[in-house]
Amino acid sequence: MFVINCPYCGERDQSEFSCGGEAHIVRPKQPTELSDDEWAEYLFMRKNIKGVQFERWNHAHGCRKWFNMVRDTSNDKIHAVYKMGEKPPVI
Amino acid sequence: MTKYRINKTRFVDQTKTVSFTFDGKKYYGFEGDTLASALLSNGIHLVGRSFKYHRPRGIMSCGSEEPNAICQINDNTDLTEPNVRATEIELYEGLKASSQNCWPSLNFDIGGINNLISPFIPAGFYYKTFMWPKSFWKKIYEPLIRLSAGLGKSPTQPDPDIYDHKHEHCDVLVIGGGISGIISAKIAAKNNLKTILIEDKNILGGSTIYQNNKNFIIDNQKSNEWLMNEISELEKLDNLIIKTRTSLAAFHSYNYLLAKENISDHLPLDKKNGSIRQRLWKIRADKVIVAAGAIERPLIFNNNDRPGIILANSVKKYLDFYGVSTGLNNIIFTNNDSAYETAVSLFEKGISVKIVDIRKKSSSNIVKNAEDLGIKIYWNSSVVNTFGYKKIKSIEIMNLSEDGSNVTGNKHKIQCDCLSISGGWTPMVHMHTQSGGKLDFREIDQVFVPTEKSENHINVGSCNGDFELEELVKNTNNKVKKFLNINEDGFDKISVLCSKESEKKNIWLLPNTISESKTKSFIDFQNDSTAKDIKLALREGFKSIEHVKRYTTTGMATDQGKLSNMHALGIIADTAGVKMGTLGTTTFRPPFTPLTFGAIVGRSVGKFFDIVRKTSIHEWHVQNNAKFENVGQWKRPWYYPINNENLHEAVQRESKAARDSAGILDASTLGKIDIQGSDASEFLNRVYTNAWSKLGIGKCRYGLMLNEDGMVYDDGVTTRLGENHYLMTTTTGGAANVLSKLEDYLQTEWPELDVYLTSVTDHYSTASICGPNSKKILEKLFPNKDFSDETFPHMSYQDAIIDKIECRIMRISFTGELSYEINVESKYGKSLWKNCIAAGEEYKITPYGTETMHLLRAEKGFIIVGQDTDGTMTPIDLQMDWIVSKKKYDFIGKRSLYRSDTMREDRKQLVGLLTDDPNEILEEGAQIVSELDKKPVEMIGHVTSSYFSPNLNKSIALAVVKGGKKMNGQRLFVPMENKNINVTVSDFIFLDKENKRINA
Repeated sequence: MFVINCPYCGERDQSEFSCGGEAHIVRPKQPTELSDDEWAEYLFMRKNIKGVQFERWNHAHGCRKWFNMVRDTSNDKIHAVYKMGEKPPVI
Repeated sequence: MTKYRINKTRFVDQTKTVSFTFDGKKYYGFEGDTLASALLSNGIHLVGRSFKYHRPRGIMSCGSEEPNAICQINDNTDLTEPNVRATEIELYEGLKASSQNCWPSLNFDIGGINNLISPFIPAGFYYKTFMWPKSFWKKIYEPLIRLSAGLGKSPTQPDPDIYDHKHEHCDVLVIGGGISGIISAKIAAKNNLKTILIEDKNILGGSTIYQNNKNFIIDNQKSNEWLMNEISELEKLDNLIIKTRTSLAAFHSYNYLLAKENISDHLPLDKKNGSIRQRLWKIRADKVIVAAGAIERPLIFNNNDRPGIILANSVKKYLDFYGVSTGLNNIIFTNNDSAYETAVSLFEKGISVKIVDIRKKSSSNIVKNAEDLGIKIYWNSSVVNTFGYKKIKSIEIMNLSEDGSNVTGNKHKIQCDCLSISGGWTPMVHMHTQSGGKLDFREIDQVFVPTEKSENHINVGSCNGDFELEELVKNTNNKVKKFLNINEDGFDKISVLCSKESEKKNIWLLPNTISESKTKSFIDFQNDSTAKDIKLALREGFKSIEHVKRYTTTGMATDQGKLSNMHALGIIADTAGVKMGTLGTTTFRPPFTPLTFGAIVGRSVGKFFDIVRKTSIHEWHVQNNAKFENVGQWKRPWYYPINNENLHEAVQRESKAARDSAGILDASTLGKIDIQGSDASEFLNRVYTNAWSKLGIGKCRYGLMLNEDGMVYDDGVTTRLGENHYLMTTTTGGAANVLSKLEDYLQTEWPELDVYLTSVTDHYSTASICGPNSKKILEKLFPNKDFSDETFPHMSYQDAIIDKIECRIMRISFTGELSYEINVESKYGKSLWKNCIAAGEEYKITPYGTETMHLLRAEKGFIIVGQDTDGTMTPIDLQMDWIVSKKKYDFIGKRSLYRSDTMREDRKQLVGLLTDDPNEILEEGAQIVSELDKKPVEMIGHVTSSYFSPNLNKSIALAVVKGGKKMNGQRLFVPMENKNINVTVSDFIFLDKENKRINA
């Protein structure tokens, strides 16, 4: 169980958080303009890489804020934590 | 003192006698004994039968690696526990232990016949034999296998003990209280680091604490005396917590560790006084120092499993720690120097001892010590057979050939009553690998040692492969200093003298004159896997160590292969002709030793298992005989039986009353979300399928919420309380998820919206009154209020006062009846409810539960999200096109409604079903077919809701059927186990299609 440094609350146990999957997938502004394939790309396609991954996390049993996290899925090392809307760091 | 208690030690108090029973017979031991040492002091070696062949087995070790001496404790009581290792359980007055896996008794075990037929039941026997004939499986093979499966007996009664969980944080956690752990803990604690030292035994000191051999000297003292002083100094340190009887269970990432502390397992039953039995520590440590030690290896030779064959260092511990001799005529069989310490110890106590060594010589001090004492040593020899059924009586040895692959010369028979074996040492790398660490194979002494990669933990002492005292002390000191950034400490100038081993030899499977198929050289003692099983697996094509392990079950017993895994690997490597280091190891998984279920769940048992949510009206429901149903964590009244009514009778009565006069429902559990902010209307527009901008203040609207994939997610009525203020209701079970989902969109997709969400589910209690007389009841409750359709129309809300309490009245309907919902602050819920019941008395107001609510909704064709939908239903599938706005540019899930898949016409769609026989009630979940004869049967849908409607006097059902929208009037079938039920597809609104009742 890892320790996550919530950008609003500080270090807390992982059990207080829930993972919301891949980060930086923006909901299309004009969904009706998209083809089935393009919409499916947004709706279903997610990366699941072994290595450095950008993820959304929610401090569900804390401040309830969403934020982004860069985690290496092979060893759970957390490289960065940053607020929603902030630029992703270069890892 | 008994015959075998030959030595007085400081660890066992021989003034305090303790009585216990084993297999019903009474014995005596002393305070400080384990069950194993007490049994051995009574001359008892035979303690169990092996799992497969039911061979007699004796105590083999003195710790958690014990494969044979596993007992049932407190048989036939609620405290019973199987598979307790006799080597670990501390003796207490009245302890009741019994042997396992034998019938009718340990001495005469019918299962022993398996030993005779063993040539016919090799590895993989189950897979090969029970394949055919197929018909034998259910009635013969499976019952037979079940009968012989499992070790020990599971408890049949609830566990009366209390277990606990506790969190702990520290700078340094030291795992293991042997010499290297003690040095590490002292360095850490003396340098102002908050340190925890855990040790699974009841006292610190590991194997050094009873090492009084003159060849092992630290600072001019015998190593045990030096360590004793260190421990007494250690105990004075302030920032050190020492936890004995505490074993590490798991080492997770980010230095999160679980350790189990035995608090009262060592106390007699009458002294426990209701104390906690075990505590699971959840430790977050900044740095972890693993000093877990090493386990002695057995040697693999023919019949190496007889009672009386014991690991050499365990023999030494029984002698020097517990004062018990495991035999009076000992032979030691070894491939290394450490067993000579046992020999010297035995000799010094006047016990006969001889040594068989597979090496040609050894030039170390300890071996010279043994030779000087005149102990007979058979060099370059190996044991080829042992004799004695329930206890070893003699052995046969032969000389080894030059390369060690064969035995030569004559057999030489030697009498004995105990054979101590030592195949070297295996570092306990379990913790290291559990935390993600990797291993290297060290050729010289054939061990896997940790490769240090982590910044957050290190391994010291023999678990790191440092077996010799001098290197152990010096390396531990240096490593710990570097790890903790400490420059100087008291161990820097320490002087250590010890015996050093220079001749090393290892043979994984010792050679024999007879063919392998006729030998029994056990590798896994508990699961009865032998060397020939491993070779058979290799011959049959299993190559991966993980596959060989599962095929032969080597290492899969309760001891998790602590003694067997290395030999299995070694024999595979030798047989396959590959280097052992290239094979890797099997995975070391937590827990290190088995955990009780009690320790895992802690206090989360019974009513503490999960939160129970009750409405403020709950007590009234209980007093009025309600039966409850769990909806999420809520307890909701299910139905209110009167005079022994069953569910069906009660629901029929409640449903009729609700439509004929008045019914009342506790709707407090529905999720409620308070929505405020200048963009609240826009927000609702985006999350619901219908339009919200034009909803007037004081008006209510039903909304349907989709997932982005277009599937129905939740529904509920939302009321506009003010210009920028709404109150949303959700389904009872969906409340938390809906709030999370809405928060997600607000925070991540639409941060520009000025909207604030607050869960107010628990803040308000809701009484929902429906039926043609509901208006009259409301008029009685609120005499000053005008309830005419003009001033208080359907789908509107008004504030009101009752008994000086402010409340909100919504005229909305769950059931299709004229209906009002009254919301008050929760603390007034029960008083409001009682007022409603009193006011409704003259109209025979009938409380109804969830079952009736579902029936009433089904009559009207109102869907229940989660019952009639399952995450694959779009609003179009539900024939709810009317609620999907065509004008809105976007809302969650809109685009998905135009995907090729969601537009398919043969999707499952909501329909009504009527049975030919109006009294036949379909089963919910039953499958629906259109052609009975078609093979394979094509299931075109299933029943989602089904009831007998007392208001229509017939059975009705909702179902989802492929292409159902176009099937009105079509005949279908619901095949059941004994019959086929004929049904006709109908409109799914069965009652009041014109919605007249809502304004009745």
